Amino acid sequence: MNASFFALPELTLRFWPIWRRHLFVWWKVAIPSILGHLADPLIYMLGLGFGLGKIIPEMGGTSYLLFLAGGTLCYSTMNSASFEALYSGFSRMFHQRTWDAILNTPMTLDDIVLSEVLWGATKSLMSGLAVLLVIWLLGMAHTWLALWTIPLALLIGLCFAAVGLIMTALAPSYDFFMYYFTLVITPMMMLSGVFFPVEQLPAALQLVSAVLPLTHAIDLVRPLLIGDVPNEIVLHLMVLVAYTVLGFYISLVLFRHRLAK
Amino acid sequence: MNSPLEMTAMNAIITVNNLHKSYAGQRVVDDISLTIQRGECYGLLGPNGAGKSTTLRLLLGLTAPDGGTVSLLGHNVPGHAREARVRIGVVPQMDTLDPDFTVAENLLVYGRYFNIPDAEIKRRIPGLLEFASLSSKKDAMVPTLSGGMKRRLSLARALVNDPDVIFLDEPTTGLDPQARHLIWQRLRELTSQGKTMVLTTHFMEEAERLCHRLGILDHGRMIAQDTPQDMIRNHIEPQVVEVFGDNVEAWAAEYAQKFSQRHEVSGETAFCYVRDAQPLLEHLHGHAELRYMHRPANLEDVFIKLTGREMRD
Repeated sequence: MNASFFALPELTLRFWPIWRRHLFVWWKVAIPSILGHLADPLIYMLGLGFGLGKIIPEMGGTSYLLFLAGGTLCYSTMNSASFEALYSGFSRMFHQRTWDAILNTPMTLDDIVLSEVLWGATKSLMSGLAVLLVIWLLGMAHTWLALWTIPLALLIGLCFAAVGLIMTALAPSYDFFMYYFTLVITPMMMLSGVFFPVEQLPAALQLVSAVLPLTHAIDLVRPLLIGDVPNEIVLHLMVLVAYTVLGFYISLVLFRHRLAK
Repeated sequence: MNSPLEMTAMNAIITVNNLHKSYAGQRVVDDISLTIQRGECYGLLGPNGAGKSTTLRLLLGLTAPDGGTVSLLGHNVPGHAREARVRIGVVPQMDTLDPDFTVAENLLVYGRYFNIPDAEIKRRIPGLLEFASLSSKKDAMVPTLSGGMKRRLSLARALVNDPDVIFLDEPTTGLDPQARHLIWQRLRELTSQGKTMVLTTHFMEEAERLCHRLGILDHGRMIAQDTPQDMIRNHIEPQVVEVFGDNVEAWAAEYAQKFSQRHEVSGETAFCYVRDAQPLLEHLHGHAELRYMHRPANLEDVFIKLTGREMRD
């Protein structure tokens, strides 16, 4: 690897027209996209919440439906950013050659990768807002603290878009992403307390859980939806920020290497 | 009054010195130097894998050289390539249009990357579409366009920032003759407007028609640089007689040397390069079993002479 690939990213507002491009594409498919953002959490929460909720009246000190709402908000935002960074990002980089077109203008790869992370986070924000709407529709919104989950959805999006882009930078084809979803994302859902409290896991798995970004996202979001101030806010935020920064830098170095060919 | 040398230095838009680039130990660009003047159309010719596209990528600052320098519109590349690209348009070899957008939307979105205000881009779009003969396709989605239309849209897109220099990587590859001629016509218009152009091609006719000056690349090296006319004059005999028929090999073994300055047999054709074709043509009248074609030497003959006949993949 060339030393110049490791240069620190140049962060400027040049990403703006690229982000606008992504929004413009999204606008053309906005209706199915919004329906997807709404239907997915609605199905999970209605299905699992009302089904299991009958059997499990309470979990983590609250109703199972509300417990599940926090997990759902986090995994929905995680999924939105991950799909965007992996499948859509790969399509823009490789299949459609959108990045090649942009690189012929006064833009740099740093601008493009930054726009990808911010766009992934934008999709997470949309997804987070959709879950909040579902929570409100289901009559579970009873605290203004819940609104703090909106900026959190953006941060969770930044984190998973940045980490996901590492996969995109390494991927030879779309099939490669199956590894990430089956070996990383799905186990993370089970280990991070989406469906049940992390305390239910064996001690060794709890240690694994403690380093996963989704765990920290849920530790912030779930109390806010219930109406409590989360514990150890700074720690949780720092973990999410650290994954974001590292993911962004590592993926940028890998993209620089890949696109120098 | 400036001396000719100073004039040359003043008008040089692109200066490349001793450029090197290797991939995995393989020299892809091997000590290339060239200067391109303002208003010039410069063609890079070469077989597949000769290093044409890599040279373009190095000129645009999309990849860093292992050695050598590139100056583009007064900016050092790759260090200041971003600043140089403000005044540059690129027509890539592969289609990089946005399939989710209409023709006009492609131009709008692309213009924004140059930080041009929306109102100004929208003011330019009708002129660009007219130039690309796409006015009636303004609201058509990109996937519904033909190959020729897509290429013309790529050209229009490359002009959205009114560039000083236009780079075209194989601008007519994969197009039918009608579509190709329309592109050629547009490129000649751009040259007459004073735009500087750098294009790669392996169509000799394209190079001969469009380019003021040519560089032939082979195995990453610049093996010849000249105007198309001088390239033919300096590298090859002025006339070619192509002789074909069943026993052409036997004929060539016996007579080709006698009647031509240089000859090659390829398949069932003997290519005889001659200064004066008359004696050979008279001789061929006595060989009814052979057919022949007499024509002036062209760039393709030079190209084949310099790069050989073997296949490149």
